[in-house]
Amino acid sequence: MKAGKRIGPIVAPLGDSAVLLSVSDGMDLDANALARRVATAIRGRRLEWVTDVIPALVTVAVCFDARTAREAAERRATLERVLLKAVERGTGAQADLPARTVEIPVCYEAAFAPDLEEVARRTGLAAARVVELHAAAPHRVLMLGFAPGHPYIGGLDARLALPRRASPRARVEAGAVAIANAQTSIYPFATPGGWNVIGRTPLVLFDPAREPATLLEPGDRVAFVPIPRGEFERIAGERGAR
Amino acid sequence: MDPVSHRIANALVGNTAEAATLEIALSGPELLVGRDALLALYGARFGAEVDGAPLPQSRPVLARAGTRLRIGRVSAGSFGYLAVAGGFDLAPVLGSRSTYLPGAFGGWRGRALERDAVLPFAPDAEALAAARFGRATRGRRAIAAGRSETVPWFVPALSLPEHEVPAVRALAGLHSGAFDEPARAALFAARWRIAPESNRMGFRLRGPRLELTSPVEILSQATCLGTVQVPPAGQPIVLMADHQTTGGYPKIAEVIAADVPLLAQLPPGAALRFAPATLDDADAAREALAARVDTLVQRIRWELGDESA
Repeated sequence: MKAGKRIGPIVAPLGDSAVLLSVSDGMDLDANALARRVATAIRGRRLEWVTDVIPALVTVAVCFDARTAREAAERRATLERVLLKAVERGTGAQADLPARTVEIPVCYEAAFAPDLEEVARRTGLAAARVVELHAAAPHRVLMLGFAPGHPYIGGLDARLALPRRASPRARVEAGAVAIANAQTSIYPFATPGGWNVIGRTPLVLFDPAREPATLLEPGDRVAFVPIPRGEFERIAGERGAR
Repeated sequence: MDPVSHRIANALVGNTAEAATLEIALSGPELLVGRDALLALYGARFGAEVDGAPLPQSRPVLARAGTRLRIGRVSAGSFGYLAVAGGFDLAPVLGSRSTYLPGAFGGWRGRALERDAVLPFAPDAEALAAARFGRATRGRRAIAAGRSETVPWFVPALSLPEHEVPAVRALAGLHSGAFDEPARAALFAARWRIAPESNRMGFRLRGPRLELTSPVEILSQATCLGTVQVPPAGQPIVLMADHQTTGGYPKIAEVIAADVPLLAQLPPGAALRFAPATLDDADAAREALAARVDTLVQRIRWELGDESA
């Protein structure tokens, strides 16, 4: 399974209650954009027996409800047809969809960046240069996944490409901005995590009372804006006072 | 975790499936019933007591205000569901009344109940209890249970294991081809044990180490309820109700939907084996389970004197 090799779109059952469309074998931005377009198209069909649509880097899963065996077989066949048609329509479309830019204020100061020094050491760059490169690059949300509102953001400067930490941290704080695997992620909740934490945002990534609940959507452009600690506290404080 | 038991618990007090029940894992709380209420405990079996007498399970119980309910420790299965006529009065979040512990939202304040927690009944719980219990006992004798009363019938368990090492049916996963032949054979031949560090997100299994033929690079993709993924250590994890939406570990198998309730009822330390199934087997099993649930719900509605049954 080598990355980069293109295959035709494939639809396969994912368990007995979902199907998975793969548009490519390897990660590339066109395949990612196509997966997002297909997901939007399937949601737009509003099939009442579809329970979830899960776009990822180069795949789209569609979960469905069925009661009888006949219903299940028919729905799988319908989804295969609808997904392949959406791929066909999406492939000719403009490679890049219009996207909004979301500014994410990030405090990169030591208190919020437990792995910044190590990232600097491993990349041979000064810590300030790591921050500069991270904030300067044009980032893009490739997918949401794992936990509610958790973004996988592409566009990391190649000089910052590092694997995950050898041993995961037992606790990564909510809002932690972390890099690994040529991507950036932001932890919506305090959880264990293995990515290299280089800063923290005071923004809330997932709020079930907000509409939409997620701060970011797949396809969004992201601009990381360095802020000092005082500004972090001010934004976090406003949030608390609301 | 066990949607079938949640559904039947609700049916036993005359509710539809959307009403919130209290899920009780392995060991239950002591509860003070604040107002007259029609309750039912179904799913796992507990050494439960009502005002010091054994609490009749798997049937509706009219509990009077001031009744003490001690759920106690589980004796069979893992997850019990306490339903109340009218449901617990909780606002849906993102279309659900269930609790999501990792995100601390949904259900009761996004948390497990704690000492002195007050879990509200629906405003009309008392009226519903009187009306539904009255209908259920019309022309029949109610049975005393402490100061509470119950009916002379109960319903069987639908998702409790019947064998010491139950078989959980599973389909080959999308990446089963990436595992070596011994691993694929071992998945279905071995006796697996549910590890204590299992939770609502996933059941970790202990057994033979499952090896890949060569390292695979899988781009993060969707995972499902019942997905059996294998991290590098080679010990599989079955994804359960609170599972992550995506993951990058290879998927060796997928538990069929019809066997998820059975799997959910296996407590930490319990043994299981996987039985190979085809997609046709899975679809037929789901249809058969849906029919069993519907038949039981119909029977309960008839016993409760529901006019539409």
